[in-house]
Amino acid sequence: MSTIYILWLRQLKKYMRSPPRIIGSLGQPLLFLLVFGFGFSSIFAKAGGGNYIQFLVPGIVAMAVVFTAIFGGIELIWDRQFGFLKETMVAPVSRFNIMIGRALGGATVSVIQGVAVLIISFLIGFKMPHVLMIFPALIFMFLTAFFFTALGTAIASQLTDMQAFPIIMNFLVMPLFFLSGSIFPLTTAPKALQILGKLDPLSYGIDGLRYTFEGISNFNPWLDFFVLLGVSLLVVLIGNYLFEKMEV
Amino acid sequence: MSIIEVKNLTKKFGDFMAVDDISFSVEKGEIFAFLGPNGAGKTTTIKMLTTLLDPTAGEVKINNFNLKKERDNVRRSFGIVFQDPSLDDDLTAYENMEFHAILYGYKKAGRQSRIEELLKLVDLWDRRKELVKNFSGGMKRRLEIARALIHTPKIIFLDEPTVGLDPQTRNHIWSYIVDLSKKEGVTVFLTTHYMEEAEKMADRVVIIDHGKIIGVGTPQELKERTFTESLEEAFLKLTGSEIRSEEANSMDALRTHAKVWGRRK
Repeated sequence: MSTIYILWLRQLKKYMRSPPRIIGSLGQPLLFLLVFGFGFSSIFAKAGGGNYIQFLVPGIVAMAVVFTAIFGGIELIWDRQFGFLKETMVAPVSRFNIMIGRALGGATVSVIQGVAVLIISFLIGFKMPHVLMIFPALIFMFLTAFFFTALGTAIASQLTDMQAFPIIMNFLVMPLFFLSGSIFPLTTAPKALQILGKLDPLSYGIDGLRYTFEGISNFNPWLDFFVLLGVSLLVVLIGNYLFEKMEV
Repeated sequence: MSIIEVKNLTKKFGDFMAVDDISFSVEKGEIFAFLGPNGAGKTTTIKMLTTLLDPTAGEVKINNFNLKKERDNVRRSFGIVFQDPSLDDDLTAYENMEFHAILYGYKKAGRQSRIEELLKLVDLWDRRKELVKNFSGGMKRRLEIARALIHTPKIIFLDEPTVGLDPQTRNHIWSYIVDLSKKEGVTVFLTTHYMEEAEKMADRVVIIDHGKIIGVGTPQELKERTFTESLEEAFLKLTGSEIRSEEANSMDALRTHAKVWGRRK
C-alpha cells in the first residue's frame, strides 16, 4: 500500500518540479482551443451546431489529459534502464503495486493538466451550467487518464527504447483522439467514422465529459462510465501480465 | 553455511547458452569478485542472483533463502548498486533514500536516523536536500551505496562500481565500501573490469567465460596457478587476449543519448 502511495507521490513531485514542462505541454491544447475554437466557430454555428467553443472544450481538455497520460506511461522506458524502476524491480514489493502506483500518479498528473486547460477555457468564454458537475467531470477525466496511462505503461513494458514512440503517437493516440468526437460531432459524421468512433474508448470519455459540462450526451453517461471502467480494468489486467514478464 | 550458494545455475536464451551449469559459493563477510570478459555471462548471472531474471535451471540460496520460492526474503537480504545509476534525478538525495526505506518496509520510527547515519557515512548529509540531477558521478555512486545499505542487507552487489570515475573518487568509493562492509558486516559481491582493484580488494575471485567458470580462488592462488605476476595477467591467460565481439544493444544507445542530452528528458 505504501508502495502505491510513494510511487504516486513521486509522479506528482516530478511533475511539480518541472514548470517548463507543465507550461510547454499546455501549448498544444491551447493552440487547438484558440485556433480551432475561434476559427471554426462561425461555420459550426451556421451549420446548426451551436457554440463551437462549448463543443470543443471537453475535447481539448481530453486532449491534455490523454497526451499527458500516454506520455507518462511511455516514460517507463527511460525509468526502466536509467532510473528508479530497476530499484523498484529488486525491492520486495509486487510489480502490480508498482504498476498501479505509477498509473495512479500519471493519471493524477494528467487530470491536473486537464483542469489547467479547463480553467483557461473559462477565461475565453466557456461556460458550465452546473458547476457542481465538476466532480463527475473529474471522475471521467481520471478514468480516461488512468486508461491511457495504463495503456502507455503496458505498451512501454515491451519496448526497449523510445524509437517506437512516434509510431504509437501517430498510429494509435492521434487516431483515437480524432475519432472520439473531440473535434467534430460523431452524430453528423459519415457512417464509417461513426462506427470507428463507437469502437474508440475515448469517445465514451469525451461523451461523459460533455455530459458533465453541458448536460448533453450522445451515448448514455452511465454507459460512458462503465465502458471506461471496463477498458481500464482490461488494460490493467493486460498491463499487469506484461509488466510481470518485463525484463529489466 | 555460505551466504550465497549457487548450484548448477543455467540460463538459456533460445539456443544460446549464456550461463552453463555454474556452481560456486560466497562466504559471509568476504569480498568476492566475479570477473569475466564481455559477453561471458556475468551480467546474466547477477541478474539471476538479484531476481531480475529467472534461471533456466539450477538452485540458488541467498542468506539461506531459496531464490525461486522465497523471493521477497531473498530481496530483503541484499542491496545492489547497478552499473548505471538507478536514482531518481528529479528527487533529492534524502527523498531517494526515503523511497528506498519505504519500499523495503523500514519502519517510520527509525527511518530518519538510519538515513542520516548512512548519508553521514558517505559524506552526503549536507547535500541531502539537493536534487540528484546536480550530483557528480562519484556523488551519485556514493548515494547509491548508502541507499543499498538502508535495509541492513547481508549482501551488497556492486556491478562495476567504479567505472567512469576518476582515480581519487575510485579510491574513496573503495574505502567507503570496505568501511561500510566492515561496519555493517556485509558481504560484498562485485564485478569489475579493473583488475588491480579486484586484486587489491577481493578475498576470492571467480572468473567466468563463455558461460562457464574457468577459475576460482584467491588472487594469489590464481596467480600461482597461471604462473603470472598480476591478476590481470592471470585473467588474460585464462580467457585469452582476443578482443571479444560485442553487439551494441539498446543500452549503449540509451547511454550515448543520455551523455549527449544530459539526462533523459
